[in-house]
Amino acid sequence: MPDAAREGILARLRAAPRSEAPAADFAVMARKAWPGPERYPRLKRLMEAVQTEFLETTGEDWPRAIRDFLKSEGLSTLLYGPDTAAGKRLAESWPPGAGPKLVPYDRPVEECKSRLFHEVDAGFTTTRGGIAETGGVILWPSPEEPRLLSLVPPVHLALLETDAIHDTFFEVLRSEDWAGAMPPNALLISGPSKTADIEQTLAYGVHGPKRLVVVAVRGES
Amino acid sequence: MSAPGAPGAFRTAAAKALKDPELRANFRRAMDGLMTKRAAMFADPAEWRDLRALGATIRQRAIANLPELLERLEEKCTGNGVQVRWAETTEEANAVVLEILRRHGATRVVKGKSMVSEEMHLNDFLEKHGIESLESDLGEYIIQLDGETPSHIIMPAIHKNRQQIARLFGRKIREARYTEDVDELTRIARRVLRRKFFEAEAGISGVNFAVAETGTLCLVENEGNGRMSTHVPPVHIALMGIEKVVERLEDVPPLYSLLTRSATGQAITTYFNMITGPRGPGEKDGPREVHLVILDNGRSRIFSDRELSATLRCIRCGACMNHCPVYTRVGGHAYDAVYPGPIGKILTPQTEGLGRRHDLAHASSLCGACGEVCPVGIPIAELLVRLRREAVRGDRSSAVLGAGEARSRLESLAWAAWAAAHRSPSLYRLMGLAATRLSRLLPARLPVLSRWTSVRETPRPARRTLHELVEREGVDNA
Repeated sequence: MPDAAREGILARLRAAPRSEAPAADFAVMARKAWPGPERYPRLKRLMEAVQTEFLETTGEDWPRAIRDFLKSEGLSTLLYGPDTAAGKRLAESWPPGAGPKLVPYDRPVEECKSRLFHEVDAGFTTTRGGIAETGGVILWPSPEEPRLLSLVPPVHLALLETDAIHDTFFEVLRSEDWAGAMPPNALLISGPSKTADIEQTLAYGVHGPKRLVVVAVRGES
Repeated sequence: MSAPGAPGAFRTAAAKALKDPELRANFRRAMDGLMTKRAAMFADPAEWRDLRALGATIRQRAIANLPELLERLEEKCTGNGVQVRWAETTEEANAVVLEILRRHGATRVVKGKSMVSEEMHLNDFLEKHGIESLESDLGEYIIQLDGETPSHIIMPAIHKNRQQIARLFGRKIREARYTEDVDELTRIARRVLRRKFFEAEAGISGVNFAVAETGTLCLVENEGNGRMSTHVPPVHIALMGIEKVVERLEDVPPLYSLLTRSATGQAITTYFNMITGPRGPGEKDGPREVHLVILDNGRSRIFSDRELSATLRCIRCGACMNHCPVYTRVGGHAYDAVYPGPIGKILTPQTEGLGRRHDLAHASSLCGACGEVCPVGIPIAELLVRLRREAVRGDRSSAVLGAGEARSRLESLAWAAWAAAHRSPSLYRLMGLAATRLSRLLPARLPVLSRWTSVRETPRPARRTLHELVEREGVDNA
């Protein structure tokens, strides 16, 4: 049955008269660009408008900034990927003893699903950069940083190097040749989960994280 | 109420909706808000013009190369470990989904928003086969609780106000206490659905764009339920119509930008989820299986007509309905169709047949607002006129489903008489004379005429024809 469907559909499509395909002019996409120093403030303004929070810190200090944030917000567990460079930094600089605990996401979800859903307060991921035009960070989940890290915990902390902010989605996709290297999952995230399905009234934290915290590591520019 | 989809059903349903002030207020408020937000997003007319031209050409290019792109998509998906199945009809698509679910012994399914699944009436089908299929988009969840269908393709529960939703939750959700607070209502839904995401054995989603170049399935959303449905359960089934394919990955950013700005007036949604494969080697989560079901359901027939194939360009943003004066007044349910509003008026008659649904092609004043805001430049008003013509065609040369089936003897006769009168000078004069001298004697309540005159002023022709007037001025008129 399915093969017959395939052949039937394709045969009808091939038999139909074809229209000319006009040439596409992408110039409008390339027109949008911002000087380096303007990208981060723009991204921040746009993401704050949809309730994203920012922790501004340095390459030196970000693990402590995260820890202080968790403490002040009363969040006691942070899920993270232990095998990324950032994950290793986080673990090395995390003081033992009392205070927020680091929980490594180091096994298949089948072995830790209940814990993931019920016992984790926050998740930490790196990002591949951001997008100045619309606001938003780019995530490519990986074996080291699983997909659910940025989705299931109620708070998502995302590490962003402000030097890695691109002008547009179009630009980053072209300059990094995504088409030649798409991972199983790639994401743009611009804020905490939200809905306007009831009377068009915005409500945050519907299914995904209730809070998105960008841990912004300021570069030279 | 008329039978679903019966000829003339729209007229009856629209008349009923017009008398419902609560419904009209709900739509008016929502559509006004959506129009304002969209307008703010396209404040620069030059950018709008260029971006829309780009969006239109990308979609035209995709449709022009549809069979090749679908084959390429299939090949790429298969290479990425995504299992591709095809379905001619919604029945076949339902059977494919059921077979996959049965193979995994799945009885609890969570769904992200998918208009194709609405075409399939998938939830009802699965329920009949003992599988719970739960909508997880908040709007879809609300209407599923109430046993309704979406009244808008982007905002499915837009016909309800918070009081109605509060009563519904109080009635249907055991743990819910009555509240009209939107944040609290949202929290209630979150609690219920989190459990469902946790338990689900499979997730079902739609597809916004399927990229042939890379085999990537793109999903646009704000809530995170789409990611929950596609990343948490061990099996993910994505459903798409054949027209959803685009050629290249770089085609996606302009379309995505047009979609979110047109639909809800957002520069970007909370999540843009690009799925290119199931759980990869070493990955700790993500579905172990991803299936893609490609559904025709009448689309290839639309494709076969060069003009009407523009219908397939649609990216389902809903801007046409937000700006439609008819939709805003009668709401989405009056159309009794999966796709309401202007896009539905051109799509539904083509997929379900002009015989049954030609009234939808007439459910328009042809004001053209829909075509003006369409981000991919579908000439909706022109296509409506074309479908009106197809519905009453006298020959059999049309490929449109049900062409000619709305032809009525009375109407054909009237037009034949009209044509004859214009061919014969003496008949034409007689008609002019009758119109100017006798029409005043015509009672407005005449059976056929009253359908016009009951809601509009009776047209009053001048006392003298133009011919007579210029003759009086001494112009030789012969």
